[in-house]
This record gives sequence, C-alpha cells and structure tokens, in this order.
Amino acid sequence: MLYREAGQFKTNYVADSAIFPLREDRIGLGLIVLAAYALAFLGNSFLLQAVMIPFLVFSLAAIGLNILTGYTGLLSLGTGAFMGVGAYACYKLMTAFPGVNVIVWIFVSGFFSAAVGALFGLPSLRIKGFYLAVATLAAQFFLQWCFIRIPWLVNYNVSGALDAPLRTLFGIPIMGPNATPQTRYLLVLTIVILLTWLASNLVHGRIGRMWIAIRDMDLAAELMGIRPLQTKLLAFAVSSYYCGVAGALLVFLWYGGAEYDVFNINQSFFILFMVIIGGLGSLIGSFFGAALIFILPIVLGIVLPAALSPFGLSVGADVIEHLRFMIVGALIIFFLIVEPHGLARLWQIGKQKLLVWPFPY
Amino acid sequence: MRAPDHPVQAKGDVLLAVENVSLGFGGVKALTDVSFDIRKSEIRAIIGPNGAGKTSMLNCINGFYYPTEGRITFKGVKRPKMRPYVAARGGIARTFQNVALFKSMSTLDNIMAGRSIKMHASFFWQLLRHGPAMKEEVEHRRFVEEIIDFLEIQHIRKVPVGRLPYGLQKRVELGRALAMEPELLLLDEPMAGMNLEEKEDMSRFILEVNQQYGTTIALIEHDMGVVMDLSDRVVVLEYGRKIADGTPAEVKSDRRVIDAYLGVAH
Repeated sequence: MLYREAGQFKTNYVADSAIFPLREDRIGLGLIVLAAYALAFLGNSFLLQAVMIPFLVFSLAAIGLNILTGYTGLLSLGTGAFMGVGAYACYKLMTAFPGVNVIVWIFVSGFFSAAVGALFGLPSLRIKGFYLAVATLAAQFFLQWCFIRIPWLVNYNVSGALDAPLRTLFGIPIMGPNATPQTRYLLVLTIVILLTWLASNLVHGRIGRMWIAIRDMDLAAELMGIRPLQTKLLAFAVSSYYCGVAGALLVFLWYGGAEYDVFNINQSFFILFMVIIGGLGSLIGSFFGAALIFILPIVLGIVLPAALSPFGLSVGADVIEHLRFMIVGALIIFFLIVEPHGLARLWQIGKQKLLVWPFPY
Repeated sequence: MRAPDHPVQAKGDVLLAVENVSLGFGGVKALTDVSFDIRKSEIRAIIGPNGAGKTSMLNCINGFYYPTEGRITFKGVKRPKMRPYVAARGGIARTFQNVALFKSMSTLDNIMAGRSIKMHASFFWQLLRHGPAMKEEVEHRRFVEEIIDFLEIQHIRKVPVGRLPYGLQKRVELGRALAMEPELLLLDEPMAGMNLEEKEDMSRFILEVNQQYGTTIALIEHDMGVVMDLSDRVVVLEYGRKIADGTPAEVKSDRRVIDAYLGVAH
C-alpha cells in the first residue's frame, strides 16, 4: 500500500509532464540522495575512495555514452578517448590558470571534449551502426596517439603522466594528495547529481524526443522537419561533454594522477558494457550498469573468501580472482537473457508490479 | 460520408504542381512525364495498380527523391533539390504505407515529436526544464491534446506505440502528421490492412481534417470505394505514366482506367 498512484490526480499539464509523476518516486529519490550524502560521513575511506567515487565517475561516463548510444542510437567506441580529452583539457586549464577555482575548470573541460566529440560525430550523417563504431574507433586511436605524442598536453612533464595538483575550495583541499576521500566524494557526488538532473531534463524535453525519433525511425524523423545532422551532432557534443567531465573526475578526484593508458580502448568497452547491461536509453540504467560491472566484483572479492572459509576451503587470491570473473560474466549473460533491455527495464517492471501488488494486474 | 450532390469541381488555387516529372533509377523508369496539380483544400487521390509509381510520386513531392526530369512547384515556387526536412519545414507532412512511428515513445510523445519544428526554447532553458522551455512544452501539449481528442485516442495517450494494434498505430501516425499543421498532407495508403469499421473511422478523420482545418490532402489508396467517396479529383498512374485525371465519376468511366484495373480483353 506504500506505492500507489491512486488518489494522485494531475490537474495541469506541468504536473502531468513531471519527470517523476508519482509522489512515492519523488520521496524515494530524495531519500537516495540524502543517503548518498550521509554516506560521506558514515562510510570509511575505503568505501568512499575505492567504491563510491569510481562508481559515480563511471555512472557519469555511462550517462554520457547512453545519451549517444541509448537515446540517439549511435554506437560509439570512442568513450575512453573523449574522457581523456576532458582530463587533459582540465589539466592544461588548471595549470595555466591556477587562480580560477578548479571546479570551474572541471565543467569547462567538458566543452573541449564536446567539441572534439562533435567533430568525430560528423561521419554519423552518412554511416550507422557498426560502421559508425569503426569511425569512432578511429577517434579512439587518434586521440590516444595525441595523448602520448604531444608532450605539451602534460606540460612537458618527463614522466608523461597527469598529476593532480593541490587545489582548495574555501581553504579546504579538494584535489591533490591532501584532499580526503570524504571531500572528494562530496564534490564528485554533487557534480554527478547536478549533471544527471540536467541530462534528465534534456532527455524528457524536445531534444530528447528528437534524439529518440532519430534512433527509432530516422527517415520519419527527417520528414517531420528534424535535421538529422544537427540532432546527431548535438547528441555527440552532449555525450562527449559528460564523458569529458567524467574523465577529469576520474584522473583528478579518483586516481590523483594517471597516464594516457587509462583512456584506452578497454575503457571505452568497459563503459559500453555498463550502458548495455544497465539499459540503453535509461539514465537510471547507467547507474545500475556501473554498479553491476564495477561494484559487484569488489563485493564478490570480499564476500567470496568469507563465504568459502566456513567449509574449510581456504582458497588463494588467484582463485578468488578467477571466481570473480566467472560469476560476474555469468551474471551478465543471465541478465541479458532474462531482460535484453537491461537492468533498467527490470526495475521498470518491478515498479509496475509493485503498483498493483498484491494483485497480478 | 459525403452527400452525392457535393460539388466535385476543383477548388482553390494550385498549391502544388507536378510538371512533366520523370524519375529513373539507372535503367528503371519509375515515373515518365507525369503532370498534375493539387489545389488548395482539396482531397486528391493518386491511384493505380501495384508498381505504378504512386509512392515514388509522393517521395518526389516530399523531397526523398529529386525528379530526373521535369519540375515540381510548391506554392508557386519551383522546388530546388532539397533534403526532406526542408520540405517538412515548408509545410508538407506525410504518413507511410508501413507505419513509421517512434516505437518506444508513447502516443503523446510521438505526436509531441511532430511539434518539434514549432518549438524554439533555447538549449539552456531545456537543460533546466523551466521558464520558456516548460511554458512551450505546456502550450504544445495543449495543441497535441486537441489532436488526441479529435482522433479519439485519449485512452492510449501514455501507451508506447509499439504495443498498440495496427489500426490505432495508423491513427497515431495521422496525429503526428497533423501536429505539424501541414499545408499539404500526404497519406500513403492510410487504410491498408484495416477492417471496415477502422476504414470508416479513418475516412471520417480524413474528411474532418480537410473540412475543419482546410488541409490539402493527397492520398494513395487501393480501396476504390473509399477513393471515390473521399476524393475531389483522382489521378491514375500505370507503369509510371499518367493515364487519367479528373473527378471520380470521370475516372471511373475512363476506358483506359478500366483496362488497367480489369485487364484488356484479347
């Protein structure tokens, strides 16, 4: 009886087109946000540093790719490189203008990857599907080559690596070796919530409908006056913006320093798997996907030894590692068979069932 | 249905003129030297046996194809070679022979998507979903709700169209085209695969669109009963050539049309 739409009448179009029309959904969302902030004060630094910060960063990157692949239907394998553009741009900006707060530069660096993304999105007018994926693969390799070969990008640093300089906000270190996981987590959390909210606004409005129209039936979309090139390039730009910000967060607020190798093709695939398993065309799915692919192996790494030890099975770390891969792999296949539309669809179905519970329909 | 004494003369000025249009794909000639016009506020039917070039004709009109020869004049201006979205922005809407809806979107969102070209709130406001963006959203929602009422599809407003039966999908597609407030509405077999009742509903909607909004309609249809009842004028194509043009009564008694449909006695 906790989750019912009965009695919630919409009397105007603003209320009816709300993103969360159900009161219970809004309350639930509020609680989740509250819990996420509370975690900064309750969780230990391992949880924040090794689980929550990367989870949020990958969720953000997955939202970025979801806008492109899930909403607009354009397959991209350049996610890693677009994340890299954001990270390198952020590095250049914050070292060139140390006076400006680094939070500003994190947001601005996204625009650089948006521009690069739009540039590599140009072939999307003519090609689709796997062919486009190959074109974005070119972006991946070209940009990674740039990261290696252009020492100017790392300020001629001999190690060729990016490092997070000390930066503060109101005197509190938020970046660099002195920043605590707690402050970094709070910063990442706030940025991710803000950008998720903006993305959700975007996909529920006119632009989101245009993207989905292009994905579902591009010819019909064009016959309704939707310009295919502009719409696709906008998707590339917005998507790359999100990836770029995620890349900057990844290097400077999670790793604290990184080499070009972080932004390789594996990273692109990693994010793509999150999007596919989480659910194409769903923002919440991006979080589910990141959780399944990133957090689940960590949880297994802790749970498995504990679960096996009562049986007198003391297994080595290498076996645990193998088991982790096997279980995660099996679960991915299981979920894709049960629901090819991803975890987000399972979530949707679960909520539908809960609405009418205990009756079947 | 329309009273028999309804004036069947051509109405209004010429909205769209097709002059000596030929269309070839390599060696295949889809259209050969076809000329006809569509006048304001009329219902113009394009009929012909399968493969006669009817859909190719529509594709030329809305910019999918560019005629290899001849020209198309819309609102008195010769049409340049253009992308289909330019034709759409110029006021030409269309439905498809095989339903081409956005399957994952709800009925409401499909019709709202048809309003995309009428919406102008900036990217910034869209990000915030506030101010002008929300005002515009509500304004267009109101218009879309009128279409939903008109087509009697209130009950499926929030259902993803992929789940709807075929007849309703066709109706939603008509709604999406109407959302563009077109001057010229091209309907490619709006009644294909429908039962009698659905055909009657669809005919009623087509007539009402034409009479209430004064929308000019060009339609392709195989059901002769429907064509003869609905249309003001009929153009008949066969093997890419025009073989007859006139009022339904004239066309019906035309020797060549009868031959094309029934075959020639040898």
